[in-house]
Amino acid sequence: MTPDSVRNAWYPVGLLSDLNPDGKESLLLGETITIFGSDMGEPRVECGGRGLPVVPRFGHLWTSLGAPDKDLFTIPEADHPDRTLVDVGVVRVKCSPLRAVENFLDIAHFPFVHTDILGAESHPEVSDYQVKIRDDVDEVWATKVEFYQPQAAKSAGGGIMTEYMYRVPTPTCSILYKTCPPRPGEWDVIALFVQPLTEDLCDVWPWMALFDDESAMTDLIHFQQLIFLQDRSILESQIPKRLPLDPAMETPTRADLTSVAYRRWLKRQNYTYGAQLVAG
Amino acid sequence: MILYDYILSPSCYKLRLLASLLDVPLELRAVDFHPGREHKGAALLALNPAGCLPILVDGDLVLTESAAILAYLAAQSGPNWLADGDPQAIALQQQWLSFSHRLAEALGGARLVEMLHFDGDLEALQSDGIAALRELEAALFTRRIAGGTFLVGDMPSIADIACFPYVALAPDGSISLDPYPSIRLWMRALRSLPGFIEMPGIHRLHELAPDPFAKDLS
Repeated sequence: MTPDSVRNAWYPVGLLSDLNPDGKESLLLGETITIFGSDMGEPRVECGGRGLPVVPRFGHLWTSLGAPDKDLFTIPEADHPDRTLVDVGVVRVKCSPLRAVENFLDIAHFPFVHTDILGAESHPEVSDYQVKIRDDVDEVWATKVEFYQPQAAKSAGGGIMTEYMYRVPTPTCSILYKTCPPRPGEWDVIALFVQPLTEDLCDVWPWMALFDDESAMTDLIHFQQLIFLQDRSILESQIPKRLPLDPAMETPTRADLTSVAYRRWLKRQNYTYGAQLVAG
Repeated sequence: MILYDYILSPSCYKLRLLASLLDVPLELRAVDFHPGREHKGAALLALNPAGCLPILVDGDLVLTESAAILAYLAAQSGPNWLADGDPQAIALQQQWLSFSHRLAEALGGARLVEMLHFDGDLEALQSDGIAALRELEAALFTRRIAGGTFLVGDMPSIADIACFPYVALAPDGSISLDPYPSIRLWMRALRSLPGFIEMPGIHRLHELAPDPFAKDLS
């Protein structure tokens, strides 16, 4: 039986710009759902003849199999009118939804997987940063993350020290705030919304809210698809398939503090879908 | 020369790759293939009624077949990448260029279904893809026994570049390359060429790690 924490969470299931009035089948937590767009503007999602709660937000349609005890999270920074909102589109990945989120939280892989873009093999150091489980909002936050990046964003001309903040507001979504090359003092917002199809298969919907007056929308989409597809081949080869929540299973280093907090937070709320609890 | 390009397209990548190997500058024009389906829009259909990528525009010349574009780039800037003179080599090169379409349909088709939600019969595509890989493995094995590394002749040619990307990305369509040692050696040889560039899913060669079982012989 899937725990309530899993059933009651919000999940992305499609782009608002690409909903079909005739309905489109998908999977959520192993159950078949049908997503209906509507000319009248009211999309709906059904599971076994039952209507599910829906929220249209951040360019995507969100739903839940259970009865969510809190509203879908917000991203206040994304509301700035000067931002370009970018729907990057779906990518299917044969991995645990939690592995997809954890990879997004990791910076140590940048020089080796995103060589000469988000990292350089000559600059692999991860300096100290702060990680907290914020009990008031029940979210994981990592702040003061700094990393040398040859091409931090589409709008970056050359190598810069980039500052990052990571936020995990719900188990299968993560938001990254990073230095915005054209606007010092502001943050670019890059989010990874993950739809768990099964415990080892997910649809990933990246989304961005950027200050970028220069780049064409398609260039922004391609940049993010390039980065995410570099991750995809790594994600599909990770073993064990399910994210181990037992600390005896993998040995973290200081660079993995965010991942340690994320796993601890998942375990605390009994979010076990896509996870393995005991070493085995 | 303007290449209408999609960063995740193996057919576009083979042209970026050959251009880089030949040190030919290409002006890239990013096309919103996914999720925007810009290649099916009026502007690009006017350039290529088939509604697909890549498209190369050089002055008045518009080319829409990747094999033709490979031949065009090589003829202009790297004639030794084109079979020339020897009838058998010319024919084999043509044969591999045609074969690359089978790879694109089967392996590329499986990849689009598995990765980007395209419609298609996944099982049939994977089965056709595996049949093509087995054929390629057998051919490369025969070449290897005869002392060759590449598909045609002693040097890499447009035949190798045409076939390489869809083969390398087969795992994206859930087809493992583990059973094909000759294919893996051939891919390694291509990845080691000076000027090689990567695409998502096709990684560059990194320095070999030290042998963990090496004995200290000093």
